[in-house]
Formats: sequence, C-alpha cells, structure tokens
Amino acid sequence: MSDHSTHAHGHGHDDHGHHHGHDAGGSHGSIKDYTIGFILSVILTAIPFWLVMAKVLPPGTTGYVLMAFAAVQVVVHMIYFLHLNSTAEHGWSMMATIFTVIVLVIMMAGSIWVMYHMNANMMPAMEMNSDSVHGVHDMP
Amino acid sequence: MSEFTASNQAEAGNAVGDASRYYVTEHHPENGTLLGFWIYLMSDCLIFACLFATYAVLGRNYAGGPSGAELFDLPLVALNTAFLLVSSITYGFAMLSAHKGFKSKAIMWLGITGLFGLAFLSLEIYEFVHLIHEGAGPQRSGFLTSFFALVGTHGLHVTFGVVWLVTLMFQVGKHGLTVENIRRLTCLSMFWHFLDVIWIGVFTFVYLMGTLP
Repeated sequence: MSDHSTHAHGHGHDDHGHHHGHDAGGSHGSIKDYTIGFILSVILTAIPFWLVMAKVLPPGTTGYVLMAFAAVQVVVHMIYFLHLNSTAEHGWSMMATIFTVIVLVIMMAGSIWVMYHMNANMMPAMEMNSDSVHGVHDMP
Repeated sequence: MSEFTASNQAEAGNAVGDASRYYVTEHHPENGTLLGFWIYLMSDCLIFACLFATYAVLGRNYAGGPSGAELFDLPLVALNTAFLLVSSITYGFAMLSAHKGFKSKAIMWLGITGLFGLAFLSLEIYEFVHLIHEGAGPQRSGFLTSFFALVGTHGLHVTFGVVWLVTLMFQVGKHGLTVENIRRLTCLSMFWHFLDVIWIGVFTFVYLMGTLP
C-alpha cells in the first residue's frame, strides 16, 4: 500500500471532483520526465542515422555501435515513457518484463545460432546434390 | 494484490462497514487492467521477436533481387522515425493534461498525436507502394518477405492504435475524463509507447543495419 503516497503527489485528482482512487492512471511521469526522455531519444536516434549515412566507422564496428545505441534507447523509453519501475503494480510489471526479456533472448539467440550453423554446415552438401540433380535433368 | 483478497475474506466474516468495502472494490480492478494490458504487450513483444528472428535469418537472402542498401531511402526512414518519436511525446502531453483534468487540452494533444500517427502511416504506405511498383514486393525474395511481414505488422499495430485513439477522442469528448476514460487512455499510452520501442528495433536492425554492406 506504500505506493498510494507516491502516486498521490501533485495530480490534483481531488480538484476536479472525480472520486476515483489514486492509482487510476498507474504511475505516470511529469513533464520533466517526458522532456528528458524525448531529448535522450532524439540524441540516441540521430547518432545511429548519422553514423550510417555519413559512413563514419567501418561497417563491422558500426553494427555493434548501432546495437548498443538501440539497447540504451529501449531502456530510456521503458523508464521515461512507459514509466516502468520496480514498484509499479507491486513489482509484477517488472517481473513480466524480465520474464519476456529472458524468453526473447533465448528465442532470438537460439534461432540465429541454429540457422547460422544450418547454413554453414548443410548448404554445401545440398548444393552438390542439387547440382548433380540439375546435371541429370539438363541431359538431353 | 493478494493482500486485498485476504483482507476482504477476513473482514467479510466480521461484517465491517462500507469504508473497507469501498476501498476493496475501487482499487482491485484498476490494478488488474493495467497489469493485464502490460502482459498483453509482453506477449505482443514475443510476436515481434518471432518476426525479428525471421528477419535475422532471411534478411540477407536476396535471391538475386535487390538488397536493402539498394532499396532503403534513409532520409525517408529518419523522417518516419521523427514522426513516431514526436507522437510519443505529444501523447505524453495528452496524458499529463488528462491527469490534470484539462479535457479540451487532452483532446487537442490526442488529435496532434493522431495526425503524427497518420503521417507515419502515409509515409510507410508510400514506401510499400513504391517498393512493389519497383518489382520488390514481398514475393521477390526471402529478405523482402520477412521485411514486409515485420514492418507491415508494426504498421498494422499503428493503424489500430490510431483507430483506438480516435475512438477515445470521442469518448473523452462525450463522457469527459472519467475514471474509465483515464484508464483507457493509460492503456493506449502504454500501447503507443510500446510501438515506439518496437520501431527502435525496426529502424536499427532492418533499415540501418540492412544498409550496411
């Protein structure tokens, strides 16, 4: 119940005569939060576009830098726009998010890893097979 | 949340007054809606993760067709990203106005957000039509199939977000900033910001990294 006091600050709920609970909107940010989030997002978006369009770094390095910027920007959006914190919904929002991230990492990394090895290990044999098949079919 | 039900059962036997019952019925459903909607968003996140994984696997299979470097128009994508980012902060202003009880101001900010959403969608539809006219439709290669599936699904989400937003503008206009409408606005707020988070992945992995050699 401790979150009632944190949610109640400065909303002026009582001013406009809606007799609803203090957590009607969940945790929501201030204009300062949105502005900080927006400025950070603009910076974190502009730099990757600039890196790619002006070809500043070699392609391999650029890829890793892009991923790092994307990861940071996702966290910025989560904190400043989605107002995710460890106390929202008694911590269940955070729990659901952590679970999703774990499933997501297993799925993405697993798919990419498996498919990369399928390509690397099995394609040459398949190509040889299809070549010989083509050879037979191409004969008059 | 478990303590609400626990206290409810404990007090039900004692036949307590109205104050505690009011408290229980007022608070429980609202928490439930927001948490439930968050869990929906997380499941939606997994749909996008599948599409991202598909793109990661197929994204370089051009089948002799055009590559991302030849097709993507980065200034256009930058403009699209800007539209979505600005719509995110204007939705934030709408939420702040709604919480302060400024009805017409909230509707105005919602309208501005909707216009930016529509601008984003028009640019995306223009891009898709342009690609299909160039012969780079979804049937051209594995790369283009996964591209249209991923970006198209995101666009579809934005479309339904705009429909929801217009509905809420009328709801707020007719019934005012009631508890229910604030709750709906909060859900749409999460949905809208969540789509912006997905777009970060799209422009980074699809457009920017697809343009790299």
